[in-house]
Amino acid sequence: MNSDVNLAGSNPAGEAAHDHSHFRDDEESVSYYRTMEIAVRELLIEKAVFTLAEAREQIEAMDARTPARGAQVVARAWTDDAYRERLLAEGAGACEELGLEVGPLKLVVVENTPGTHNVIVCTLCSCYPRVLLGLPPDWYKSREYRSRVVREPRRVLAEFGTAVPDDVAIRVHDSTADMRYLVLPMRPANTLGMNETQLAARVTRDAMIGTAIIDR
Amino acid sequence: MSALQSVSDGLTITAASRAGATAQARKPRVPPQFSAGDLVRVRIAFPPGHVRTPHYCRGKTGVVERLCGAFANPEELAYNRDGLPAQPLYRVRFTALELWGDAAARDVIEVEVYQHWLEPVDAGERVS
Repeated sequence: MNSDVNLAGSNPAGEAAHDHSHFRDDEESVSYYRTMEIAVRELLIEKAVFTLAEAREQIEAMDARTPARGAQVVARAWTDDAYRERLLAEGAGACEELGLEVGPLKLVVVENTPGTHNVIVCTLCSCYPRVLLGLPPDWYKSREYRSRVVREPRRVLAEFGTAVPDDVAIRVHDSTADMRYLVLPMRPANTLGMNETQLAARVTRDAMIGTAIIDR
Repeated sequence: MSALQSVSDGLTITAASRAGATAQARKPRVPPQFSAGDLVRVRIAFPPGHVRTPHYCRGKTGVVERLCGAFANPEELAYNRDGLPAQPLYRVRFTALELWGDAAARDVIEVEVYQHWLEPVDAGERVS
């Protein structure tokens, strides 16, 4: 057997020869938008609009943001009612109280209650509270999630393993313009006596998007 | 603010962008025509170009949930114009029944819609 063919992973006979399948490397195909991104980036650097180092710094700053930031906000809201009220009234300011830099973010925090479950989507593209949750998961940007969660939210949530009882209203928030959204999940019952750090560890990304409920 | 920062979808967390947002707040703006609780209908229109009003709510009636502030019109920003005067932006709450006809009666969808896409509705006019 030709080992080059095996490395490319495109030879079915190669797969049969040993007991695991190969995924085909796809690194050589560059999509239209990827090509455009590279071309525009190179032009902007060439014209000294920004430097490669600045681009890298921005990407690293973006990658450094994780849902732990959102979880910190949620944990504080669970332990401090006055903070919770400020968060619901003016989200960005309340985040800054915790030392989180959020820039020009316009944040709407929506609170889950025994009677209301909130879920977030951007049907038009992929608007997401990145400064609090980091980069969005791929499914959040998928056409399937974006089109279906406004049309049949209960079925979509059920596919995430999230059963919303019929007597609980679902509120879908379509992030179509300048606002960004964060779901304030309900605090699980079995967390009495936990401190903020312990509570934050219980808060998941999907619970802050609204596709999950934190286990009771 | 560098071009990289300005294209980063509100990601940048620098003093410069904060100052930019403040400057934006002083720009000319259209006065708000609606307030929370008002009934509004989304215009039925299909203009070409970059539009941030989803098709599924056009022609539908909802209730203003809140006024979010005034923002440069994205339909203009997309073509590198200034988008001014800034348009009031609302969160409009639609029942799932109003949008889809067949849906759970309790469920609602809230959408951000700019004022130039909204028209007033008389309470007596509303059917559903």
